Amino acid sequence: MIYEEVTTGSRTRRTLTGAARVLFALKLDGPLIIGLALVAVYGLIILYSASGQSAPTIYRTLGRLALGTIAMLVLAQVNPNFLRRTSPWLYAIGVFLLFIVYGMGHIGKGAQRWLDLGIIRFQPSELMKLAVPMTVAWFLHDRALPPRWPTLLLLTAMILLPVGLVAIQPDLGTAALIAIAGALVIVMAGLSVRIMGGLMAVGVAGAWFGWNFMHDYQRKRVLTFLDPQTDPLGAGYHIIQSQIAIGSGGVFGKGWMNGSQAQLELLPERSTDFIFAVVGEEFGLLGQGLLLLLYLFVVSRALYLSTQTQDTFARLVAGSLALTFFVYVFINAGMVSGLLPVVGVPLPLVSYGGTSVVTLLAGFGILMALYSHRKLVSS
Amino acid sequence: MARGVHIKDHWSEQRLFDQRAIVAGAIIILFTLGLLGRLFLLQVIRHDYYADLSQGNRVRTEPIPAARGLILDRQGEVVAGNQPAYQLELVPEEVPNLKAALDGLVQLDLIRAEDVDELKKTIRSRRAFDSVPVRLRMSDEDVGKFAVRRFEFQGVDIRTRQTRSYPNGDMGVHALGYVGAISEADLSHIDRAAYSGTFLIGKQGVESAYETKLHGVNGSRELLVNAQGRSVDKQGAFIPTLNTHAPTAGDDIVLAMDLKVQRAAEDALAGRRGAVVAIDPNNGDVIAMTSRPGFDPNMFGRGITRAEYGALKDSIDTPLLDRAMRGVYPPGSTVKPVIALAGLAYHLVDPDQTRFCAGQFHLPGSAHLYREGKGGHHGWMNLVEAIAKSCDVYFYSLADTIGVDRIAAFMSPFGFGRTTGLDISGELKGLLPTREWKASYFKRPADKMWFPGETVNFGIGQGYLNVTPLQMAHYVSVLASRGKVWKPRLVTGFRDALSGRLEPLAPVREPDVTLATPEEWSRIYAGMVGAVTHGTAAGAVGKNAAYPIAGKTGTAQVFSVGQNEKYNEKTVSERLRDHSWFIAFAPADQPRIALAVIVENGGWGASAAAPIARKVLDAYLLGDDGKLKPSGAIGRSILPTTKPVEPPQAPVPGQKRADTGPIDSAGGVKSPP
Repeated sequence: MIYEEVTTGSRTRRTLTGAARVLFALKLDGPLIIGLALVAVYGLIILYSASGQSAPTIYRTLGRLALGTIAMLVLAQVNPNFLRRTSPWLYAIGVFLLFIVYGMGHIGKGAQRWLDLGIIRFQPSELMKLAVPMTVAWFLHDRALPPRWPTLLLLTAMILLPVGLVAIQPDLGTAALIAIAGALVIVMAGLSVRIMGGLMAVGVAGAWFGWNFMHDYQRKRVLTFLDPQTDPLGAGYHIIQSQIAIGSGGVFGKGWMNGSQAQLELLPERSTDFIFAVVGEEFGLLGQGLLLLLYLFVVSRALYLSTQTQDTFARLVAGSLALTFFVYVFINAGMVSGLLPVVGVPLPLVSYGGTSVVTLLAGFGILMALYSHRKLVSS
Repeated sequence: MARGVHIKDHWSEQRLFDQRAIVAGAIIILFTLGLLGRLFLLQVIRHDYYADLSQGNRVRTEPIPAARGLILDRQGEVVAGNQPAYQLELVPEEVPNLKAALDGLVQLDLIRAEDVDELKKTIRSRRAFDSVPVRLRMSDEDVGKFAVRRFEFQGVDIRTRQTRSYPNGDMGVHALGYVGAISEADLSHIDRAAYSGTFLIGKQGVESAYETKLHGVNGSRELLVNAQGRSVDKQGAFIPTLNTHAPTAGDDIVLAMDLKVQRAAEDALAGRRGAVVAIDPNNGDVIAMTSRPGFDPNMFGRGITRAEYGALKDSIDTPLLDRAMRGVYPPGSTVKPVIALAGLAYHLVDPDQTRFCAGQFHLPGSAHLYREGKGGHHGWMNLVEAIAKSCDVYFYSLADTIGVDRIAAFMSPFGFGRTTGLDISGELKGLLPTREWKASYFKRPADKMWFPGETVNFGIGQGYLNVTPLQMAHYVSVLASRGKVWKPRLVTGFRDALSGRLEPLAPVREPDVTLATPEEWSRIYAGMVGAVTHGTAAGAVGKNAAYPIAGKTGTAQVFSVGQNEKYNEKTVSERLRDHSWFIAFAPADQPRIALAVIVENGGWGASAAAPIARKVLDAYLLGDDGKLKPSGAIGRSILPTTKPVEPPQAPVPGQKRADTGPIDSAGGVKSPP
């Protein structure tokens, strides 16, 4: 009895060491897993309130989280070299499926995005979120970096093909995310600052050009972003209501399940794209700040892991995945708080619905695989 | 790659990647700070603004309509009241497809297909969140019919509302007016916010003129609503304070009208076209005012059908026309007392001097004959007898002596040719002709000339002179009070709906008509009393009267009779018969009521109008025992009496203008032939 405390203390240490050993064996990264788990739990708490206390919503989300976790665990075991070699094939399959969707895609939400596989409906664009950066990294893996012009042109075409196919579905948000994921690989590969500046100038010109090819609803979103009050009951309604929700939350929020904007259904898409506004309304600035810090932790841990990988492919894919994750957060939070136009980008691991949870966790699985399968000798 | 200078350098690549990762990390932190800054702006700096918006988002204000004030007669009996009824209402913003909803209601036979366009117009003119009634006063059967199909009609619902009811049906409808659904036209002159929640508005008469008093102030109640606008009980622990402002009921209105007298007038007029206006000559209170035929104002409150309205509008008897103040007729012989007064005032007639009536009159140098209306001749007549017997020849010559402009100048203060100032709108002016009027009214130069013969006709109330029954009653009232002019009024005061406190309105006095001596009034009274005791109205009015009556018959021509023809009542079709007039005040020695009665196509004045006048006088003056009521009991009102508003003193016509007016023909009194 007298030694009880000592024994307990050493048991704690033993347990931690044991957990570390298990994680190591499973090729997982402890801090990243904890960060992701915290975000997911936070997400479930807010989703319960945002969904109007809907238990089925929580069960379905738990199911998707489980599916994503399995995908992550499985992918973490895969050898990076195998991943690298399969990348172009994934890309080819993805593009092929996008063509099929374009040709005979199932109509969902007025846009052709789904591919009905009988048992599940599958979005090829989700696959491309991973396949595009991986393929770009695969292409750069053997080449000397920073990439040169011919390589850049080839890569641009490689990225724009699936992006274009997704954009005409039309799913501008996902198309932009795929393009960003691909572009981030090139940026991390050392794209010269001068070219980046030049591209930005081209981008501005392209924006003007793209304006003329946009669908009416897309243009409306841009216009509404610039001045939400022009259409307070139409497209501007989302932004106005979400800003009211966030602003009325104040520093401490109205309390869990007490957000009037969310609970009285004044806030549209409250459990999906606009769930960040519910966080703001119910938990206030502190709640949103906490969530942003959790995201920041996950992103910086992922970015750190990417620097610890041992070859070009691993570095580029891991870096791109980490940064893309932040882009998700930034676009969604920016959109909900009125900094960016309304595009259909969910808040990662928190927004309800879709296969994006699975894709995201699969991405982190790949990231961990790239980090944890260390070669004995650096190449 | 087989490019000599560009070989893969793993160390430098790793370094490049690490640099970029650090820069990326820095950018991420920067962007996160940017987001936090944005959130700080929304949640701290603009918190109050958004908190207000959020409060407005979930709290909706619903109006509580104020109870409309009652309308009471002078004894306090309810003339217009309120009664709950079911009605179908529609909230435009909650109806997904307005056309489909209205079509569906047409199919259920709840609204009529021909009303759909009008309804759509009304609905569009209201605010999107205001409830618009589409069907008023539903029967139990209609309520049941809708209730089973209710789920098909989003945004349409049955509500219980107060509606207006007129327990006496069409009694006094023209003076009272009625209420109806607020139309697009009404919206242009009311404060929409104040009428939010109100569905009926006064359309005519007292209901319209005293709309602001009757309407009261609507209250409001705050409700917690969700995004669909549906009321919810509570959400979470945050229950905002919900305010309720109680409505203030509209004031009750006390009329001068005496229902007993009004009823007597309407019963006496039943089945005829005509009007009765009775005024208290001591304060201008309108004791009774009726126009027949009438219509049931309850029809408008429950939503009148197009067919019903069409029938009213197109009826040959024009029930919508308020004959009392919008019907214009030549006054006929009822004008004789004032012509006689003018003669006295201008010193152009010696009341005791007699003139000979041979049954016809002609102007010097003219072959045109002006005949005695009823034929025959009166022989030698003085002023008093000329009034009592209504001798046309006497007044032909008197009018010719005074001249048109002087007659008009004298008559104007009695209210001829202008509105009397009754406290509801719509009154017509009639016409008091002068030379100037004729010159400006007619276009052809030949017509602009005033002919002496027109003055002759003026003397017996024919020709251009036109009056409304209200003007006639007003004129009799001035006559009866020896020149006191009171603004006629239907409303004498208000009653606070909550406290029951009575607030009388002071009667308004206008400049008097003064004559040289009271003697002159007495001469006229003698003539009018004579008309009732032994003159034109002796059989029809004067028999067994418990009080002395001063009266005057009148016959207004509808159909002109040729030079050598004789007007025969039996041969002229009903609609072309003369209008029958009777004016009177009583008791003649101490007048309490002055009235004018017209019966359209009633024929000779004494036959149709005079008996009606007697019934009205009796109703007001006699007690249940058939005897004259004591002075204090006549016309008792629930309101306390008030000091009248004295008039600004104005120049008195009559004496002063006696010399200024143009004279038609040689002055002086014609000596009998």
